[in-house]
Amino acid sequence: MKTKMGTFWRYRFLLTNLIGRDLKIKYRRSKLGIRWSVLNPLLMMLVLTAVFSAFFRFDIPNYPVYLLSGNLLFTFFNDSTNAAMGSVLYSAPLIKKVYVPKYIFPLEKSCFSFINMLFSMVALLMVMLITRQKFHPSIVAAIVPLFLMFIFCMGIGLFLSAAAIYFRDVMHFWTVIVMALNYATPIFYPESIWNGTFMAVAGKLNPLYWYVSTFRGCIIDGLFPSTLQIALCAIFAVISLVVGSVMFRKTQDNFILYI
Amino acid sequence: MKPIISVNNVSMRFNLATEKVDSLKEYFIKLTKGSLKFEEFWALKDVSIDVMPGDFYGLVGLNGSGKSTLLKTIAGVLKPTKGSVTVGGTIAPLIELGAGFDMDLTARENIYLNGAVLGFSKKFMDEHFQEIVDFSELHNFLDVPLKNYSSGMVARIAFAIATVTDPDILIADEVLAVGDYTFQQKCEKRMKQLIDNGTTVLFVSHSIEQVKSLCNKATWLEHGKIIMSGDAQTVCDEYSKRY
Repeated sequence: MKTKMGTFWRYRFLLTNLIGRDLKIKYRRSKLGIRWSVLNPLLMMLVLTAVFSAFFRFDIPNYPVYLLSGNLLFTFFNDSTNAAMGSVLYSAPLIKKVYVPKYIFPLEKSCFSFINMLFSMVALLMVMLITRQKFHPSIVAAIVPLFLMFIFCMGIGLFLSAAAIYFRDVMHFWTVIVMALNYATPIFYPESIWNGTFMAVAGKLNPLYWYVSTFRGCIIDGLFPSTLQIALCAIFAVISLVVGSVMFRKTQDNFILYI
Repeated sequence: MKPIISVNNVSMRFNLATEKVDSLKEYFIKLTKGSLKFEEFWALKDVSIDVMPGDFYGLVGLNGSGKSTLLKTIAGVLKPTKGSVTVGGTIAPLIELGAGFDMDLTARENIYLNGAVLGFSKKFMDEHFQEIVDFSELHNFLDVPLKNYSSGMVARIAFAIATVTDPDILIADEVLAVGDYTFQQKCEKRMKQLIDNGTTVLFVSHSIEQVKSLCNKATWLEHGKIIMSGDAQTVCDEYSKRY
């Protein structure tokens, strides 16, 4: 364990370098550069707000903030898991030639997506200012669900990156799962439309529901996370991380034979 | 004296999938039919070598004899199916130059990235950046994306980065075959310099002359088995007799 941490510490420079590389490549040759991570969610929100105020009318106070906060978190989930899933596969040329701890690659993708989301939070702040959303003291506590969600996504990313090596099907299948989760999570609709106990219970089994609703509580309703919320967010995160890393560790020695 | 690299009865198995099974559906169909077959292929069979500190150790053999596989198990890239490898020092792998370069990034960015891949710290790279640039002689091209480089230029940077430390062990897989004549000379000189500083070198080459002139010990591999091991002169002479 101690040597494991030692290796990780030794390779932290690789982690930061890979993150730097991804940032540079993502915004290369674009005039606005990193500002896109703010602009993109803003424009998306405008489109979605326009669509949903035209077609469905949900009774949600300050819909733009509601929508954007849910969407930012979900985009993070989508980006980080998808990027992590292919990360080991796409690093094959490197893994075949030099020894590097392989978990660096999915880990880096999770960190990169997380950093991107943090940048995008500027968009949320801007919308909050524009819509005169009251700033509650609980806003500082929003980092708790965000951090736990980061752990959660990291675990999923580890799991997927290992699974995708043996079965490329996982990559196709995952897009369907993500889409299902997108509808299952109250992102653009209020959870009050869950009628009947079945829907409410099923909806609450979805880990993303807890991250999103806890986050919104801090931002919009001025509620500090409850013990139940923190406990559930943490339990999902720990389960995901444990399952993901055990799966990754058990299979990593054979990766090279399949990539 | 304790060997710096000791390879003990290492065997390495690859599954040559007779049919490529890449999808879950196929996998289960094949599994239920009981026709999921892999042809086993042993790239290394019960190979043991000991390399002493300061050795310049050559590996000779035809294509597909298992030389690169052996180097990769020593470098930690492959985990042996059987047996064990113990390495007592830092390794600079020159297995394929430029592994981990990102062609979209500039040379400057790649130097840092590649250094990180090899496990160097930021501080170390800052200190040695100039040294790497000087060795590769690419001062004017530092901020050009690597995709605009010639392959020789890429190889130069890679060699410069990999040998910037004084590694305990240098693994060189036919690296001297790249670059122009002057650069090859420069690489050879740098390798000699490393040896004088006590670096152990593991060297693979198809040029038997090169092995003879550089190495003091050698192992001859064929089909994953050791044919002969020992003094470089004797091994090379026997090898030349055969081919």
